[in-house]
Amino acid sequence: MQWTDPGIVLSARRHGESAAIVELLTEAHGRHAGLVRGGAGKRLAAVLQPGNRVSATWRGRLPEHLGQLSLEPAGATAAGLLDAAGPLAGLASAVALLRVALPEREPHPRLFAAFGDLAAALAADADWPMAYVRFELLLLAELGFGLDLTRCAATGSTEDLTHVSPVSGRAVSAAAARAYRDRLLPLPAFLLGSQAASADAAAIADGLALTGHFLNRHALAPQARAEPAARRRFAARFSR
Amino acid sequence: MFGTEIERLIQLLSRLPGLGPRSGRRAALALLKRKETLLLPLLEQLGRVAESIRSCRICGNLDSAETCAICRDPARENHSLCVVEDVADLWAIERSGAFKGRYHVLGGTLSALDGVGPDELSIGQLVARVKAGGVEEVILALNATVDGQTTAHYLSERLQGLGIGVSRLAHGVPIGGELDYLDDGTLATALKARRPAAG
Repeated sequence: MQWTDPGIVLSARRHGESAAIVELLTEAHGRHAGLVRGGAGKRLAAVLQPGNRVSATWRGRLPEHLGQLSLEPAGATAAGLLDAAGPLAGLASAVALLRVALPEREPHPRLFAAFGDLAAALAADADWPMAYVRFELLLLAELGFGLDLTRCAATGSTEDLTHVSPVSGRAVSAAAARAYRDRLLPLPAFLLGSQAASADAAAIADGLALTGHFLNRHALAPQARAEPAARRRFAARFSR
Repeated sequence: MFGTEIERLIQLLSRLPGLGPRSGRRAALALLKRKETLLLPLLEQLGRVAESIRSCRICGNLDSAETCAICRDPARENHSLCVVEDVADLWAIERSGAFKGRYHVLGGTLSALDGVGPDELSIGQLVARVKAGGVEEVILALNATVDGQTTAHYLSERLQGLGIGVSRLAHGVPIGGELDYLDDGTLATALKARRPAAG
């Protein structure tokens, strides 16, 4: 069997004398690992940094085998972010989440495209923290746990949505939230499509608390997995 | 094919960095063929090293004394402190002869993959050394990888407000490097960090 697919490097772990087991997020084959001959060497060290784009060719006798990957560099995302503390932390967090939350070999082409958008935002957009929170929101939706932020769960109103129910993941309007405010999660305005897109650190922290709650509840805790340290450190940057 | 003892020797040698089962077998065979001139002296030296070598209580370097030769050397500059990931990096910088200050060995880098957090590294000791005074500049000589630079940013934030300068190594074209053979990332980083030509 053989396929070729664009991919994003998620991790590379040394295997034997010179090979590495590389995990990719591919467009059509999802999170997929394979053995890369020479992957532990210097020639591929720059290519195998998390977040980098590659063109991957996988070969294996049977689909369930680990198989071998050959990689061609297609974009050095990581190198462009090494000097930028926040965006680099965002990249590390996104990659760590994809590794722990996504099931193997399940295609998520929307997520693959969204990662490309996130990488572009991290490199060049001043509003990259908002792009990051939206990426986590999409990750939740792709895993089947999308939040409904279109109307109030209690009143059906589409106006003045300020909170989210930590149980149902549905938005709650300010009026309906008044009595339960301490038990609801704040909904930052930048996550509501119709509102102006700008956010301060507190709004980003609220957004990360919101997505973090549902990622832990639906994607990590059921698999007995903890929130990745890279994500914890990234979120801490906004909660100071 | 081998006796149990030789098999065990090969297994242990295979665990060394850069070696695998095949080179482990070659190394084991070389040792066994040169028992008097290689195996026994190596055994003796390994015993001595195991007995005497320890981590320096100040910087984390390896030495036979409690305080390593670099930390004891009065000729070294006290005002600059070079932070490295491990002892191999310290040795590499020492080989270059370009740095005359003191070192601090972190013992690794923050790594999401390996689950290494700040508490697993000697970051607290580093901050304590800086707070103790005398240090004017901390040079973060960490690898140009996502983990290495994530650690560098983390350290630079931890050292903020301590009244010292924090610098990092430059990234770019290696000496003898040909542009045509450089990876895209290195080339892009080198272009971004370009500087005015002298003269």
